[in-house]
Amino acid sequence: MSGFARRLGGIPWREIAGEAFSRVFLVAQAVCAFHVVNAHVCSFALVMGPSMLPAMNLAGDVVAVDLVSARLGRVASGDAVLLVSPEDPRKAVVKRVVGMEGDAVTFLVDPGNSDASKTVVVPKGHVWVQGDNIYASRDSRQFGPVPYGLITGKIFCRVISFPLYYGSFICH
Amino acid sequence: MAGPWPLLRSFLRNCVAGTLVLVTVNDRYASVVPVRGTSMNPTLESQQGDRALVSRLCLDARYGLSRGDVVVFRSPTEHRSLVVKRLIALPGDWIQVPAAQEIRQIPVGHCWVEGDNPDVSWDSRSYGPIPLGLMQGRVTHIVWPPNRIGPVERKMPEGRVMQR
Repeated sequence: MSGFARRLGGIPWREIAGEAFSRVFLVAQAVCAFHVVNAHVCSFALVMGPSMLPAMNLAGDVVAVDLVSARLGRVASGDAVLLVSPEDPRKAVVKRVVGMEGDAVTFLVDPGNSDASKTVVVPKGHVWVQGDNIYASRDSRQFGPVPYGLITGKIFCRVISFPLYYGSFICH
Repeated sequence: MAGPWPLLRSFLRNCVAGTLVLVTVNDRYASVVPVRGTSMNPTLESQQGDRALVSRLCLDARYGLSRGDVVVFRSPTEHRSLVVKRLIALPGDWIQVPAAQEIRQIPVGHCWVEGDNPDVSWDSRSYGPIPLGLMQGRVTHIVWPPNRIGPVERKMPEGRVMQR
């Protein structure tokens, strides 16, 4: 028994604890670094659905999102952006910015059925977003201008595009 | 032999690591923000230099915000500034707007925010309901100055909101 105790006492507990702590701290640092890059610099998103056809396809594209320029206010008309849906805060959607604050935007109220159009002026601090596919998109034409603060980032490149036959498979 | 470089390098490395950890904790768990303006008197007082503890855990997965919470959100008119107000109504609720003498329903995904000091507060009564996506966190405690340390209570105006 005393031999066992002596052996137990001989184990360098202090060194082991120090080593374990430094390893854990290293992993924590890596996780934090990933979070900081993912939340402030650049992240990736999977885009699906018909609303951004033909720029982004139906089956799903993985796109890279630039978070810095949105934070600095460098988003301009014509940019495709990732934004938090104003109708459901848990959902992110991709749309194209059509008008910035102060712009007058003219849009078709019910494309496909009538030619009626409407013009609105975008209020301060808001943007007007629309899907590229105006026939199948739920956007500012329904819910009005959205606050700039909902924009998470600007989409700057497509990373992976899933093949078209996969899309037609989903479609039918 | 190597001069002061190893020391400087380890110092810089620790600085970077500390910043990363701090930013992550700030973003995901809690942060401390100074309060400016008088719109939340007497709950939060900027004259006394109040610092508020903002919990961000309520934003995860399901939005754990309830009526009466003091919340921090991005201003709907100026995206760079954060605003602190009291959350009055959630989606689907009916609210009576004091100035307009009307009752309106909060649209889906939106909420109604008002300051505790209605005379000076610039809030939903002027710009209408705001999207829940602008929320940045919930104020749980005052952490500074020492004589004002304490939790921030949940409070609701009487008889103005019909809950869904």
